[in-house]
Amino acid sequence: MTATAGRLFEGADWDFATLQRILEACETIARTELGLDVYPNQIEVITAEQMLDAYSSVGMPLFYKHWSFGKHFAYHEASYRKGLMGLAYEIVINSSPCISYLMEENTATMQALVIAHAAFGHNHFFKNNYLFKQWTDADGILDYLEFAKSYVAQCEERHGRLAVEHTLDAAHALMSHGVDRYPGKKKLDLRDEEKRAGKRRLYEEGTFNDLWRTVPAGRAKTSAVLNVERRRTLLGLPQENLLYFLEKTAPRLQAWQRELIRIVRHIAQYFYPQGQTKVMNEGTATYVHYRIMSRLHEQGRITDGNFLEFLQSHTNVVFQPEFDDPRFSGFNPYALGFAMMQDIERIVTTPEQEDREWFPDIAGTGDVMAVLRDVWANYRDESFIAQFLSPKLMRQLRLFHLHDDPEERAGITVDAIHNERGYRRIRRELARQYDVGYIDANIEVIDVDLAGDRRLMLRHTVVKGAQLNETDAKRVLQHLADLWSYDVSLVEVDTSDKVLKEYVLNPRALASAA
Amino acid sequence: MAFYIVDRRLNPGSKSLENRQRFLRRAKALVQGAVKKSSQDRDIKDVLEGGEVSIPLDGMDEPRFRREGGTRDMVLPGNKKFIEGDILPRSGGGGGKQKDAGQGDSEDAFRFVLSRDEFVDLFLDDLELPDLAKRKLAEAESEGVQRAGYSTSGSPANISVSRTVSRALARRVALRRPRPEEIEKLEAELEEASEERRAELLAEIEALKAKAKRIPFIDPIDIRYRRFETVPKPVAQAVMFCLMDVSGSMSEHMKDLAKRFYMLLYVFLKRRYRHVEIVFIRHTDRAEEVDEDTFFHGPASGGTLVSSALQAMHDIVRARFRPADWNIYAAQASDGDNSFSDGEVAGRLLTDSILPVVQFFAYLEVGEAGGYSFEMPDSALWTLYERLRSGGAPLSMRKVSDRSEIFPVFHDLFQRRGKQEKAAI
Repeated sequence: MTATAGRLFEGADWDFATLQRILEACETIARTELGLDVYPNQIEVITAEQMLDAYSSVGMPLFYKHWSFGKHFAYHEASYRKGLMGLAYEIVINSSPCISYLMEENTATMQALVIAHAAFGHNHFFKNNYLFKQWTDADGILDYLEFAKSYVAQCEERHGRLAVEHTLDAAHALMSHGVDRYPGKKKLDLRDEEKRAGKRRLYEEGTFNDLWRTVPAGRAKTSAVLNVERRRTLLGLPQENLLYFLEKTAPRLQAWQRELIRIVRHIAQYFYPQGQTKVMNEGTATYVHYRIMSRLHEQGRITDGNFLEFLQSHTNVVFQPEFDDPRFSGFNPYALGFAMMQDIERIVTTPEQEDREWFPDIAGTGDVMAVLRDVWANYRDESFIAQFLSPKLMRQLRLFHLHDDPEERAGITVDAIHNERGYRRIRRELARQYDVGYIDANIEVIDVDLAGDRRLMLRHTVVKGAQLNETDAKRVLQHLADLWSYDVSLVEVDTSDKVLKEYVLNPRALASAA
Repeated sequence: MAFYIVDRRLNPGSKSLENRQRFLRRAKALVQGAVKKSSQDRDIKDVLEGGEVSIPLDGMDEPRFRREGGTRDMVLPGNKKFIEGDILPRSGGGGGKQKDAGQGDSEDAFRFVLSRDEFVDLFLDDLELPDLAKRKLAEAESEGVQRAGYSTSGSPANISVSRTVSRALARRVALRRPRPEEIEKLEAELEEASEERRAELLAEIEALKAKAKRIPFIDPIDIRYRRFETVPKPVAQAVMFCLMDVSGSMSEHMKDLAKRFYMLLYVFLKRRYRHVEIVFIRHTDRAEEVDEDTFFHGPASGGTLVSSALQAMHDIVRARFRPADWNIYAAQASDGDNSFSDGEVAGRLLTDSILPVVQFFAYLEVGEAGGYSFEMPDSALWTLYERLRSGGAPLSMRKVSDRSEIFPVFHDLFQRRGKQEKAAI
């Protein structure tokens, strides 16, 4: 196909042949000019109602049935009807083949935009970013969802809708604490442990030297302390993946309940990278669609009118209201991501002296796509911002840092602004806002009272004085207690180990009867 | 290049529907409360329209561990005049702040739209048809016939011509029955043919004619008959009698009350029966069957004889609605006036001829606006019916004087309950 193969479409109407032409044209540009590496694409055309539906079941095409999705649907539908909310133009699934949903109401220009955005931008990011590679299995996810759906349906038939709903409710409540944050942690099992102890004993016998006995050591640990330590090691404590801990060790769960918890845990893990790469993911997709659409326009394959329509949607997407604007609700990941990608392009092609000082590795190297592909593959939001937010962009966005200490009577302090003294502090603070370690509360299982009443003990390490909301915490802990089926306690301690608050919840009768 | 384009619009899979039903089931009590509340300030006509309800999220919440308070650091865009070290008073602080504070509670109640069916379902959910002795009759089944494919035997009246002809055609084509045109063509050729060709043609024509004879145009094996099966059919039709006193003492307000009650009853029956007919009988000192418009708006005057309406209803039932085939419901509205001498006759008519054949008979005594139903003195008719009821007749009776009482009274009448009627108001 030559570069000037004529218009892809005229006006706003499209049919399936148009989509085909758009896909082919986008693919040529994506592969040859941008060097993108994508999963095979599957484009699905859906109605607005189906889009709402996909919204409410966390964007997944086939998901198990649960009332909460119905609730979200009703909620979204009401606000959509009132016109409070526009629908997203697309939804894209991280799977292979990569599924992108297009709404039938979109105009031809919008379809082109969405295809460039989702089927190439997001798709490339899913396939190449290290977090997605590490945590998600794009080939297996559709099959797994199919399995989960039929498994949940089966359980409902066999054990009753209520019992299944109860378990899923509880698991959903703990979903945000059901992910492994660090890869490669091997769990201990008893047989291996025994083998290891044997080996160690052999080694000790083989290298025995009586002299060591005479070397002075600290006071020996009492056997009680040793017992506690051993127990905690065997249980894999402390454990921050609450769902994993329940699945493996909750004493009275049925096998099917463990499997349900496992399903919820896997889904949570599947979405774990998405939460950490919002800015990058959207930034990548927006940058890619901008490049592809501009190129299509240069090639004369879309008309000036269509290109203006595209630009209007594009500017809406990357609009960032200022903090005192009534429309402001935090950073727009599209805006921030796109601005940073464009800024990197500028640094690589036409750097200034300042950029050479801040980014010696990439400034002026000339190959924009090589740099960007490397960035897209190896960073997440936190590290991306910490590394690539440039002083120029900070000035452009006029960023400033507020420090709000409730103890401080006078008010909120402006801690840093976009000047020489503030650049690094602002960048560090903004990166921290995207740090997954700060987004979720740090809650761990620390011990189980195996000798006594089997109480499960949790600890919330309070950072910067932000404690749990009491009502919600009680409800979640109630769910946790129901699954554990014995008492559950949670202490909130600050960094100096001072106890701030303690919760104790008893399981409800319903759960133990199940 | 590997890609697929799939059109998913045609198979929605109704996932949202199923999840929605689960959600409604779970929130049933809450939604029901909201439906009742919202129906109170609606017109009856709008009750059927569905619409938006708002429910509290209590019990429908999905709790998560959530943190609040503490020291907060934020980076915001759009600095205009701040410099490092500035202290901003809290009240009018950063624009983003107030929003954050309210965020936790924003979902405490939420509004969503119920479809018409869902609304009526929930609205009438805790109601049921009164469990009277005649209930058995309501579910009695009668036989009906229904088409069930084709068969090779049957009565000649049931021959399916199209099926038979198409089978015959297929058979003739398969066996290569010569067509009449072919023979005609050969015969035409015969006229001008030479001698030796003539013999040849004659033989050919002969062969074709013989073949056509061997293969009949329609063979008995082609014939198909329409088959019918008898199936049990539930009685799925109901008739609703609306009786109303239209004598001078009934004001527009009272008629309006009665109309509202009739409409609700109609909606309710409509949900239980596939086919509902309505008969309007109005009466003064004589009764007549009228159409709806005349019933509610037609002028009439005269004395009051309730027995005339009951007699009319009885006649209509006998003439048009066999109790074995119809579920009969009756609702009577009146201001309670009746001529003194009529009581005995009306009572006898009711107990002997009407109550035995109806599923349900409700008497609604309507009062003047502004009055309170419990203040209304017992009228002649009320006293009469009260006497019948305490004698064991299955009557339901209520007094209503204000529009807002219609819903509660209706609910009250059809409430699910273990026992029979409670004492009236």
